[in-house]
Formats: sequence, structure tokens, C-alpha cells
Amino acid sequence: MSYNKKLTIGLACASALGFGVAAWAGPDEDNLVINGEIEIVTEAAAPEHMEYVDTIYSGWRFRSDETQAVQADDFDNPSMIFVETAMEVWDTVEGTEGKSCSSCHNDVESLRGVRAVYPKWNEKAGEVRTLEHQINDCRENQMGAEKWKYTGGDMVNMVSLISMVSRGMPMNVAIDGPAQSTWEQGKELYYTRFGQLELSCANCHEDNYGNMIRADHLSQGQINGFPTYRLKNTKLNSVHARFKGCVRDTRAHTFKPGGPEFTALELYVASRGNGLSVEGPSVRN
Amino acid sequence: MRRVIAVVAGIASFGTAVLADTVAPTEVKFVDGAVEMPLTNQAGNPEEGAILMNKGSGNCIACHQVTALSHLPFHGEIGPTLDGVADRWSEADLRGIVADAKVMFEGSMMPSFYRTEGFIRIGDGYTGNALEGEVEPLLTAQQVEDIVAFLLTLKEE
Ligand code: HEC
Ligand code: HEC
Repeated sequence: MSYNKKLTIGLACASALGFGVAAWAGPDEDNLVINGEIEIVTEAAAPEHMEYVDTIYSGWRFRSDETQAVQADDFDNPSMIFVETAMEVWDTVEGTEGKSCSSCHNDVESLRGVRAVYPKWNEKAGEVRTLEHQINDCRENQMGAEKWKYTGGDMVNMVSLISMVSRGMPMNVAIDGPAQSTWEQGKELYYTRFGQLELSCANCHEDNYGNMIRADHLSQGQINGFPTYRLKNTKLNSVHARFKGCVRDTRAHTFKPGGPEFTALELYVASRGNGLSVEGPSVRN
Repeated sequence: MRRVIAVVAGIASFGTAVLADTVAPTEVKFVDGAVEMPLTNQAGNPEEGAILMNKGSGNCIACHQVTALSHLPFHGEIGPTLDGVADRWSEADLRGIVADAKVMFEGSMMPSFYRTEGFIRIGDGYTGNALEGEVEPLLTAQQVEDIVAFLLTLKEE
């Protein structure tokens, strides 16, 4: 682990001397209430296991007022078109077994709470699985249908629908018991300085959240808001697609979406957000 | 012992090749984080250096504020401002910092711009694919010299 507290304090002081730029433009003070009714916790005490951070913040708190506003009302949130598509797919029979998602799960509301506890240990498989893995497991083994591409449109739409019914519930992934070794592996990845730029997740999202890196205002890289609709690429983005982008930007050979490394990393990053509300599908720039 | 490798600078039309001595990334000699000897025998060009501060593999202002470059947008806040950096550091120190800041500042977030070894899962640029073949340093020896020449203009006293 390359973390160095003294260094970070030194840097914070140093950047306070910069010209004309606010000393530490950390998270703003705004509150998020979606549709005037779903209260979203965007700031919470850090979970026990976090050694270097006292308070955790949703990425929403680091975005501009304009971007924040787009997420505050579902009529404005462009994700909702994709959620509607997923709602149709929810009831669509596919595969050799003649079933749809609703054949087994009835109303999608029955999955309220699921997003908040994934990634999760799967006893039968003997491994930690993401929500995407679980969805593909249902498709293959319950429906007899083709698996979806891990970061593809069908998948990210369905994950958005399932996240949406948990909005406002606290993220609460389990990191102990059988999940612990996977969690440890994810933690190791989080602090590894990959690529020719030798940057770890922690370099940007733990040591420097609140600071600008070129034109980007660094957040804590939380995933409670996923999938995120990004104004930049005008589509929904899944967790592993975001991880891939961040690792690629260190001039590194990335890992495969859906593979064991990103699954472990997702469990670890999700656990750093335990206590923040599920807010996906969210809006980011 | 310093091994000097000869590189062909410019277009090597027969018989007119210009030979310049360049210190290879693996041969740079650090003393307390500083590098006394220039990496090439061609003096650094501060104007070229100023361009590299903004674009390409340098992109120093992604992390640093530089008032002399305030016409360029979006200076980062990760590292200290570089204003007055030539008052604080000698030419040799600055060469060392730009070549491999982690020698001067242990564990620094600043990338090592003139190093070719010791990376974990190095990629082929920003493609996300594995690098096949030789590692090129982020900056060439001459680019390091150009940037150092620019940094030496950043005086306040
Ligand atoms: C070179 C800096 C850098 C590194 C290293 C980096 N990121 Fe990021 N990351 C960014 C920037 C810039 C953004 C966009 C602004 C923001 O939300 O922080 C971002 C955004 C994110 C987001 C989206 C947050 C949201 O609210 O939408 C997640 C999640 C994330 N990063 C995770 C990671 C993980 C995990 C790693 C390590 C594998 C990592 N990042 C490494 C720069 C980095
Ligand atoms: C990813 C961030 C990052 C990038 C990119 C970066 N630096 Fe730095 N730089 C830092 C940090 C952080 C420090 C503070 C040293 C430490 O780690 O303690 C620093 C320190 C320095 C210093 C010493 C400043 C002082 O006053 O003590 C100089 C000079 C410097 N950098 C020049 C450059 C140049 C030139 C480039 C581009 C070729 C560059 N940096 C690119 C992060 C960066």
C-alpha cells in the first residue's frame, strides 16, 4: 500500500497556495431528494473498515448544479427511457423454458433491496457474484436464454431497473465470512499502482477527491449511483465499464469486465460506500 | 559507468546524419534525487517545454498550476503550483524530478517520465491493451531537457 498521510496533507496545503482557484473544492452542501420524495443519503460516516477516510460522499455531490438537477427528477433523467425498455424486457418471454423475468419474480418491486447487497457471495457457485452475473445466471439456467454481454445495453438497462426499485436504501454489501478473501483481493487491487502512470484508485479517489485533475473534479469514485447516465457519452455506463476506463487512463493493460479481478474490486469499492443510498440510475458528466 | 548510446536525430539521409549523445533511461544517475548531467548534448528549448507542459505525454498542468501558462484552461490541483519552482530547486534537481520524481519524493503520485522499468500491467498507450514490445519512456530525453529549460524560467525572486 503506497498511502502516505503526510504527503496528502502537504499537497492539500500546497494547492491552497494556487492562483485564483478555491483551496479545496470538496463536495458541495446540496441535498438530493428525487421526485421530491425519495431522500438520498449522499454523505455518511465511513464504514469501520476504511482507514484513511472519515466521511463518504456520493459522486453526485461533486457534480455541477446543472448535472445534479438532471438527476433530481425522473422526468429529466435520460436513464428513464432505458429503464422503460427494461420494463418491457422484464415481461418478455425468451429462451427454451418459455419464461420471462416476471414468470419467477412477478413485479420488479419484489427485487427491492437486491441492488444494495450486491456483489454477494453465492453459496451454490462458491464465489462472489455481481448483479450482472446473477442476471445472466437466470437467463441461462432459468430461462434457457442467451447470456447478455456483460457491459452491453440489455444488461445495463436491466441493472438500472433493478437498482431503481432500491433507490434510497443504504448500500450494505457483506465483506466478512466467505466473501472476505474476495474483498481482500479487491482491496489489494484498489491500492495497486497500475500502468505506465503508476496510479492506483486510491491515488485519485482517496488521496485527491475534491481536487481537480485537469478539467475533472475528482470524487471518491463511489458506485452507489450506478449505472450512471453520462452526459459525455449519452448512455448508461456500468460499473465495470467505468473501472475499465479508469484503469485504461493509467496507461495500463485493463482487466476484463465481468472477470474475477473487477468482481473483487467491485465488492471492495461497493463496501467503501456502505451507508450511502442506492441512487442508480444516476446522472454524471 | 555511464553508457552513452548514439541516436540518429533528424532524417538520416546518407552521410548527413546528426549524432547526439543521449543517456538511456536505465543509465540516468541520480544523486539525492537530482541528475547533474544533461540527458542530451543539445540545450533544452523552453518554448518546446512550454508546449509539453500542456499536451501529449507531459500534460504537467493536469496536476500543477502554472501562472505563466494561465492562458491555457484547466490547471489541476494534485501537485504544488510550479510558480517560482526555479527559486526552490536547482537545474539538476528539476532534471531529476522530471525524469523520475519518485527518487526525490518517495511514493509520489507524479508519474516517472523518463523510466522504462518496474511497471505493473503496462498498457499500449491509452488503448487498455497489453504493451507488446519495448517500453518507451513517457518523454524523450530531449523533451525532458526542454521541460527543464522551461521550468528554469519560472522565477519569482
Ligand atoms: C488518474 C486518475 C484516476 C484514477 C487512477 C482512477 N480514476 Fe476513477 N475517475 C477519475 C475521474 C477524473 C472520474 C470522473 C470524476 C469523478 O467522479 O471522480 C472518475 C470516476 C470514477 C467513478 C464514477 C463515480 C461516479 O459517481 O459516477 C468510479 C466508480 C471510479 N472512478 C472508480 C475508480 C476505480 C475503482 C479506480 C481504480 C481501478 C479508479 N477509479 C482509478 C479518475 C481516476
Ligand atoms: C499525476 C500528477 C502529476 C503530474 C502529471 C505531474 N506532477 Fe509534478 N508533482 C506532483 C506531485 C504530487 C508533486 C509533489 C511532490 C510529492 O509527491 O511530494 C509534484 C512535484 C513537482 C515538482 C516539485 C515542485 C515543488 O515546488 O516542490 C516539480 C518541479 C514538478 N512536479 C514538475 C512536473 C512536470 C514538469 C510535470 C510534467 C512533465 C509534472 N510535474 C507532472 C504530481 C504530478
